[in-house]
Amino acid sequence: MTIDDADADVVQFDNVGLRYETGREILTDLSFTLYPGSFYFLTGASGAGKTSLLRLLYLAQRPSRGMIKMFGTDAITLPRERLPGFRRRLGVVFQDFRLVPHLSAFDNVALPLRVAGIAERDLLKPVRDMLEWVGLADRIGARPATLSGGEQQRVAIARAVIGRPQMLVADEPTGNVDPEMAVKLLRLFEALNRLGTTVVVATHDVHLLKKVPDSLIMRLDRGRLSDPTGALRYPPRRAATT
Amino acid sequence: MKMPAMLSRRDDATGVDGPAPLRSERAAELVPQARLSGPMPWVIAIMVALTAIAAAGALSLRNAGSAAQAELSGGVTVQIVEADPAARARQAEAAAATLASTSGVVAVRLVPQSEIDALIEPWLGEGTAAAGAGAGDDSIPVPALIEARLAGKLTPARIADLRQRLAGVAPAARVDAQAGWLRPVFAAIGSLELLALALIALLGFATAAAVLLAARTALGTNRDTIEIVHLLGGTDAQIARIFQRSITFDAAGGGAVGLALATLTIVVLGRRFAGLGSGLVDGGSLDWLDWAGIALVPLAVIALAALTARLTVLRALRTML
Repeated sequence: MTIDDADADVVQFDNVGLRYETGREILTDLSFTLYPGSFYFLTGASGAGKTSLLRLLYLAQRPSRGMIKMFGTDAITLPRERLPGFRRRLGVVFQDFRLVPHLSAFDNVALPLRVAGIAERDLLKPVRDMLEWVGLADRIGARPATLSGGEQQRVAIARAVIGRPQMLVADEPTGNVDPEMAVKLLRLFEALNRLGTTVVVATHDVHLLKKVPDSLIMRLDRGRLSDPTGALRYPPRRAATT
Repeated sequence: MKMPAMLSRRDDATGVDGPAPLRSERAAELVPQARLSGPMPWVIAIMVALTAIAAAGALSLRNAGSAAQAELSGGVTVQIVEADPAARARQAEAAAATLASTSGVVAVRLVPQSEIDALIEPWLGEGTAAAGAGAGDDSIPVPALIEARLAGKLTPARIADLRQRLAGVAPAARVDAQAGWLRPVFAAIGSLELLALALIALLGFATAAAVLLAARTALGTNRDTIEIVHLLGGTDAQIARIFQRSITFDAAGGGAVGLALATLTIVVLGRRFAGLGSGLVDGGSLDWLDWAGIALVPLAVIALAALTARLTVLRALRTML
């Protein structure tokens, strides 16, 4: 499968605008396509609309106007009952982690698998392996309140990737971890990416961009998307591994 | 750097398009606040106790009314209202004989004078009734009584027919259907039964309202968690099931306590009423079928609570994307 395969687009935005109630538009005229197996960095100043765009991507919000297609299906008119099936194809790392406070690290990471109906016996090992990999093997039973910011972030990332989503959306995923762990987490995203997962990482950290050479950059400026390298309109040919 | 094993195998676990079961044992832990603990089980216990007691009251009243009606239906009382004891005795004998020979009359009993004396003794004292020819002048003339039982339904037409037959042989005879005397009592019992049923309905509404409020509160408290589960692909049905399961546990606990309280109350009250020794009250005792009906009250309340919680949660979830 190549990125030229238009039928396999993960996400397609066409003249999308978003405003909350009667306020000004937070996002304006967004038109772009995310291809399978691509790695995107979403950058922009605070308040540029990065989180709002991510909310549209992980189907937490419907746009005020425009058209969004996800996995080849119109996401705007998608019936509410079909949303869960689409959301299960996504992995999300929230900026504020959004861990379930009364669940242990293990149960938080296991949550997407349980929601998908995976049997307990089948999720024990993957969840333990994942927690071990993000360096939290000894905090498996700890609740979020007893974890540091960095540890919570790693649990949030483990939860987002445990189900091997078709698209991973991460909002400042390395904001609370040390540089070494940040690189390690990026390697995890890259590994997922190599397996065909489309990755979108919103970040302020310009150093991070250099760490993933094949990544494409989406830059938001006051709600408008700029395409500094032309990579969004004319993406370089690259075969995604499946 | 070695990746976790799950990243090196292809198992599209999250590609499920549609609702999947959220394993129940773990699912309940998702929203612990949704376990409507605290006052909720006690509210349900009180509701179940009151409903079960009201149901027992309604069943008891129905039984008492049915027993009295069964006993009195077809029963006829003939009074010979004659001041002259000799004429009274003669007419009584003649009336009893006529009744006995009338088709449809299955039993006739001329009430002995000793029984009549015993009946009026509490009010008039001893030896005051004019029993017969030997009674003194100061004695009070008391009508002779004949009890008869007719087969089939006792209609006004049959009463009129009896009156006509007796008029020839016992002109002083007055014929009354026994059930007619208790008609106001039956009407009162019917009203009390309706009242008990209305009470049960009101308690049902109150239970549903209490569950609705508790479910909404729990939803509000757990809104963040619910949103996360939604964003991870959880369906409305999965989330509703968690709340439904929680409230079913609470309702089951409350229901058991409520049923125990109600049973104790009903047994104690039953014994108190049995001590009255009244025929009408004795007829109101509960049989095993009634107890089975009372035992169904907590089950009905549990079902009502679970259904209310489910509908409340589903309705609230529909407002979320």
